[in-house]
Amino acid sequence: MHSGQEVIFWIAAVLIGGAGIRVVTSQNVVHAALYLVATLSGVAVLYVILLAEFVAWVQVLVYVGAVVVLMLFGLMLTRAPLGKANYDNDQRPLAALCALAIFGVTSYIMVDAFAGKEISFARTLGTTTASLSQVIFSAYVLPFEVVSILLLAALVGAVVIARRDDYDRPRPVRRRALSERPLDEPPPLERTEVTGAR
Amino acid sequence: MPVSYFLVLSSLLFSIGIYGVLARENAVLVLLSIELMLNAVNINLVAFAALFKQSGIPGQVFALFVIAVAAAEVGIGLAIVILIFRNRQDVDLDEMSLMKW
Repeated sequence: MHSGQEVIFWIAAVLIGGAGIRVVTSQNVVHAALYLVATLSGVAVLYVILLAEFVAWVQVLVYVGAVVVLMLFGLMLTRAPLGKANYDNDQRPLAALCALAIFGVTSYIMVDAFAGKEISFARTLGTTTASLSQVIFSAYVLPFEVVSILLLAALVGAVVIARRDDYDRPRPVRRRALSERPLDEPPPLERTEVTGAR
Repeated sequence: MPVSYFLVLSSLLFSIGIYGVLARENAVLVLLSIELMLNAVNINLVAFAALFKQSGIPGQVFALFVIAVAAAEVGIGLAIVILIFRNRQDVDLDEMSLMKW
């Protein structure tokens, strides 16, 4: 007999595993970012199962809404060649071996240490969002403020790193040669200075 | 429902992220894989928060902190990637050996 949570867990687990593997193996960078959306949404479903509805919505807003869009901007701005054959380096077998070893060791340790521990999904004491807010703004208010300062500093730093230093100089305008211009395009309008009235 | 289901799923997601970090060559795709690993950590934190009920609420708080730090990391990381692209016209990690001994 499976509970509803268990059925939804297995659906989300298949989604997370399949889309996660596609994120690291897809040879199209935009598809990799879109598979990441599927993985992050599956993780948000897990948060809802685990009674963490506020964390689930933060996941949807911050990750699916902001981080993935930022990643897509990064992919577009770095003009990754879409037809490129290979985005992987030549240590794929070694990387797979390393990942399998870490998966084996960590999951063995986790299952061994927490065997027989059951999560009960019965709600006690109202929603978790209320108790979450009480804990954040009492015991964890100092780390909360530190995180907000960190975000501000990181965003200012990102602007400083990524902006052009030579923006006050005129940017060189790249002109297409006449031979590059397609034949059906009309020739550019000549701008003639009107000097003196007749 | 056994908590080990969530723990095994999170270590699966973590090792997928490790594979991506080791095997990818494009810097932005490595950043995507790091996001997978951070999400694996978050699954663990929220699963333990659910296991320990009322005393486990700080697990959710730390999951929120991890999400905030991940957003900051993506901002800085993409700024660095764009700066490297502007200087080298490429974000191939195997080519960035300037600061290697």
